[in-house]
Amino acid sequence: MTIDWLNFTPWSALAGGVLIGVSAALFILLNGRIAGITGIIGGLFKPTKNDIGWRVAFTLGLIIAPLVWQGFQPLPSINIDANFTMLIIAGLIVGFAARYGSGCTSGHGVCGIARLSPRSIVATLAFMCTGFLTVFIIRHLLGA
Amino acid sequence: MKRNLNHFSTLLFALFSGLIFGIGLILAGMANPAKVLAFLDLAGLWDPSLGLVMGGAIAVGLIAFTLAKKRTKSFLGLPMNLPTSRIIDKRLIIGSLIFGIGWGLVGICPAPAFVLLGTGSLKGIVFLVAMLIGMAIFEYFDARNK
Repeated sequence: MTIDWLNFTPWSALAGGVLIGVSAALFILLNGRIAGITGIIGGLFKPTKNDIGWRVAFTLGLIIAPLVWQGFQPLPSINIDANFTMLIIAGLIVGFAARYGSGCTSGHGVCGIARLSPRSIVATLAFMCTGFLTVFIIRHLLGA
Repeated sequence: MKRNLNHFSTLLFALFSGLIFGIGLILAGMANPAKVLAFLDLAGLWDPSLGLVMGGAIAVGLIAFTLAKKRTKSFLGLPMNLPTSRIIDKRLIIGSLIFGIGWGLVGICPAPAFVLLGTGSLKGIVFLVAMLIGMAIFEYFDARNK
């Protein structure tokens, strides 16, 4: 294992992580909800009364974040190397599997582990393993 | 009137939480799929940043959820919707394993997908639309199996 010291950004990573934690903290302590994006969006597919607004509002917050950011400084670089076919395949998989496994990086990885939920700890270990494995296969076995 | 005011503050704090979450992702570099993949690439030049993002978020979350578990109502007087299921079943494990494959293919997971929409990235939007279709497909099969 070789650490990429040039691109490793420990302080902004930690600070960004703390902000994500603050967001999850506010959301559970004020709204009584888990900041898990998969669950928040999933609930919009079978909407019930009084259960739509907060979901839309949280999602809108995520969407406007880069716009608010740009009001103060330029956005950091965003690089997506994948082609459109791969993006569509990956998107379909991520959407389906996140709902099937009842959560994603935010719900299981951040909130779930912070709740010390055994389910979320198992889920996070599972998707981390296949995440590492997938990148290993693509970059080092297939050499893409 | 009070009810409406409560409803309004619920929406406002939800918007604010989402905004802080998104700002956190951008600051952490996690809105950049290349940086996420650099974390998942253990055998290449490894960028440990994502680990610190999770560490920071979980550290703050631990305090908040410890407090949340002791309460029956939120500070806005709303019910605490904490998940209660403790069953580790096949669905959880298989779903999460497959989720990791999709995540590893391009380095985008659901929250950053919405942030990417706000940046106007065409590739990000294509991913987001496919992801929503994937969720819709899940809903279709889930409803049929009931």
